[in-house]
Amino acid sequence: MLNLKTKVLGMFAGAAMAAGALAAPAQAQETIKVGILHSLSGTMAISETTLKDVMLMLIEEQNKRGGVLGKKLEAVVVDPASNWPLFAEKARELIAQQKVAVTFGCWTSVSRKSVLPVFEELNSILFYPVQYEGEESSPNIFYTGAAPNQQAIPAIDYLLAEGVKRFVLEGTDYVYPRTTNRILEAYLLSKGVKAEDISVNYTPFGHADWQTRVAAIKRFGSTGVKTAVVSTVNGDANVPFYKELGNQGIKATDIPVVAFSVGEEELAGIDTRPLVGHLAAWNYFQSVDTPANRDFIARWRAFKKNERAVTNDPMEAHVIGFAMWVKAVEAAGTTDATAVRRAMIGIAVPNLTGGISTMMPNHHITKPVLIGEIQANGQIQTVWQTPGTVVAQEWSPHLEGSRDLIADHRAPMNCGNFNVRTGRCGGAQR
Amino acid sequence: MIRRPGLVALLAALLTVVLLAPPSARAQDAAPLIQRMATETFNDIAGAVAALATSGSPRAAPVIEALRDNRLVYRQADRAVFIREASGSFVSALTGEPVTDAGTTRPVRLNNAVRRAIDAAMGALTLMNPDPARRAAAAEAVFKSRDASALPALEQAIGQERDARIRILMEEARAAVVVASPEANEADRITAIGVIQRRGDQDALRMLGSLPATAPPRVREAAESASVAIRRTLAVWEAVQNVWYGLSLGSVLLLAAIGLAITFGVMGVINMAHGEMVMIGAYTTFVVQQVLRTMAPGLMDVSLFIALPMAFLVAGAIGIAIERLIIRHLYGRPLETLLATWGVSLVLQQAVRSWFGPTNREVTTPSWMSGSFEVGHLAITANRLAIIIFAAMVFAALLLFLKRTPFGLQTRAVTQNRRMAGAMGIRTNWVDAFTFGLGSGIAGLAGVALSQIDNVSPNLGQGYIIDSFMVVVFGGVGNLWGTLVGAMTLGIANKLLEPYAGAVLGKILLLVFIILFIQKRPRGLFALKGRAVE
Repeated sequence: MLNLKTKVLGMFAGAAMAAGALAAPAQAQETIKVGILHSLSGTMAISETTLKDVMLMLIEEQNKRGGVLGKKLEAVVVDPASNWPLFAEKARELIAQQKVAVTFGCWTSVSRKSVLPVFEELNSILFYPVQYEGEESSPNIFYTGAAPNQQAIPAIDYLLAEGVKRFVLEGTDYVYPRTTNRILEAYLLSKGVKAEDISVNYTPFGHADWQTRVAAIKRFGSTGVKTAVVSTVNGDANVPFYKELGNQGIKATDIPVVAFSVGEEELAGIDTRPLVGHLAAWNYFQSVDTPANRDFIARWRAFKKNERAVTNDPMEAHVIGFAMWVKAVEAAGTTDATAVRRAMIGIAVPNLTGGISTMMPNHHITKPVLIGEIQANGQIQTVWQTPGTVVAQEWSPHLEGSRDLIADHRAPMNCGNFNVRTGRCGGAQR
Repeated sequence: MIRRPGLVALLAALLTVVLLAPPSARAQDAAPLIQRMATETFNDIAGAVAALATSGSPRAAPVIEALRDNRLVYRQADRAVFIREASGSFVSALTGEPVTDAGTTRPVRLNNAVRRAIDAAMGALTLMNPDPARRAAAAEAVFKSRDASALPALEQAIGQERDARIRILMEEARAAVVVASPEANEADRITAIGVIQRRGDQDALRMLGSLPATAPPRVREAAESASVAIRRTLAVWEAVQNVWYGLSLGSVLLLAAIGLAITFGVMGVINMAHGEMVMIGAYTTFVVQQVLRTMAPGLMDVSLFIALPMAFLVAGAIGIAIERLIIRHLYGRPLETLLATWGVSLVLQQAVRSWFGPTNREVTTPSWMSGSFEVGHLAITANRLAIIIFAAMVFAALLLFLKRTPFGLQTRAVTQNRRMAGAMGIRTNWVDAFTFGLGSGIAGLAGVALSQIDNVSPNLGQGYIIDSFMVVVFGGVGNLWGTLVGAMTLGIANKLLEPYAGAVLGKILLLVFIILFIQKRPRGLFALKGRAVE
């Protein structure tokens, strides 16, 4: 942090000297600004602060390699404070006043929905690094997290293959769990699971008293048919949820819980010994043993000056997104948003799990899907993975209304929600 | 039961012969099975575990135990399997003899299927263990696995078991095996269903429900009627359980609100930073545990008792500082107090966030506070029970303090008539400061308890501030008994509503109820009467 500050100051000093020699307008050309739009205070700071740090590290490393297009990168960090309308204001500030070339940011879907019109109106680029519910494809947003078919659906397939026939869909009450559970319910019914074998339930944000719910899950699982819990419980509610599971003695060998929002970072606050064997589905685990990942963890720990710093899936998404953006800018020869957007499609970079991720015309990337089991040390060990990478289905084929939509941001279609049945484009077109 | 005693005796004799045979000869048989574990395919490992458990090899128990504890490794070069000892040295899995150089090894990995196989295998292997807890666990494992091959060992164990409780568990396990076994005759299976019905819990339901459709109709009918009977009893217990959960939630609300009952209820200060005092108490617990971990690991089990006075002092001191620096300038201006303390709460949150980081901190739960036990069919988790007892103690102590000590007397005097108290020589502004410190300190105590059930994160307090105000306002401002009754009423009402209305709607209904109630009785359940009201 301090290091970076001195560096930024140094860059300013350099810029000031250069300004003496060159004409005044040239000064603004000296650096390329990269916006970082992650909450550093408020409820989401718990998850988003590390993403800010990983971006600072990536930018610092890129500058050591000589920057992009011969210019140094400059990080512009703003704090939208977990306040959704403030996200839109801060996004406007980054694009209109700071003139950033690209922004990396957001965590919750509601914050992304809040900034989307700003990025479309001012024609700038956002990289969104978190798994989400899909049903969206903006020409100005690149989604480096997983769509439901890159996380939730394969997890269900894994459970079905394990012989699970009864499902509890447990979620926090907001847009991501509700949409995901709608998709999963439709998918389970299509796979022959009976409606009475699916129980859907929602709890409020930050739900702390899980006794009733965990007892209900136990009861639902006592019919003799193999039962599993699919958890889209988000954020702070997870720790008391898992503590209650452990205390009431629900073992992974009896009723496994597969979670979509619990990573290494969340597990850091819990004693995981009673939770061994519960599952998580992601596209990256810190425990994945590849040279690229070992190298990344070492760099991250050196940057954080903490030998035990953990890495997680959205961090990998930023690593991939940043590498893709650098490549696209170099291919386009400019940071102009329209040119970079055109160049982005088809860009392929290595991911940290030993494969190659490619930016597809729907602005989502290809990813491998990993299912892992929680270990006693708080890490997640892969027990199953897709043989290759999976292409995102941004519009779910399992939902009425989104079944006929496709996204293709290449010419001539240039559309994020093209209805193949009516032949019309329903959203912003560029 | 399904086998004649003669057969059991024969099996026992066979077992003795097997155990007496020279170990090297047995190890030969186990060798291919142990070898099969040197793989990445979970199904192969699970199969090998099951086969090894029934092979009768003396290497079965140590190898399976090592696998369970993640100590079983294999050499990549030639797939030789080793056990890593606690000391870090390796022994051969086949012979148990030490090896000097194991080379590059990787652990044999586990998944849930393998874990299930291990549980089943260990069940059969540890039925005779001298440790009663392990025997009970073994019986439970057999109950779940319903592994017919465990039957001879089970029969033998039942014959030798002296502990009546474990004996019942073993008989239930035997009944489970018999019910599930297609070879057993109908009468035996129906008797066994009776045994399982007497057990009467959710595991019994699960067992009866998993009876295959191919079972004879009379067996299935018996299982069906047993399930119905079990469900009927469990429904009654469920109601009891909801009340218990309500008490537990009520005690959490009481802990969170009781400090506020003093600062808001007694002093009339709208303290929005109350939740942050709870959070500071939780972080104090974290710091105390960190220090203990490095300085005196032996004291970890009593870390909470050390954390309690520390949390009280830290939160109390911060409370006094806030009162002296900010609140005392704002007495009589409730709106400014509200805004100022709201600001303080944000400052405290962000300070903790910058100091300790935004992510959750792990607070260890002492062993006596984890797990659960059953009273009838009521599952009582140890941490919830501890919190209920703790809340009751804090409440009683506070009540005694206010009623029986000189300081309590002065506090009550100042709240009832400040000017008169001042005229009697009480230093009212110091009483204010210490009363605020007391309320904050108690919030700190609540933080120690809440660190056991919630996130230790900078946001911890925010989740409790609304609920705390709700309890105090509902119970009646200025009355500790009102806070107690308010907390318990809201807790139990919440938990009785939740199973029917869901957590989200339940909370809304409760809020609507409180709004209506306050319309009717603006001063809450137990309103102060007389001159003190002004």
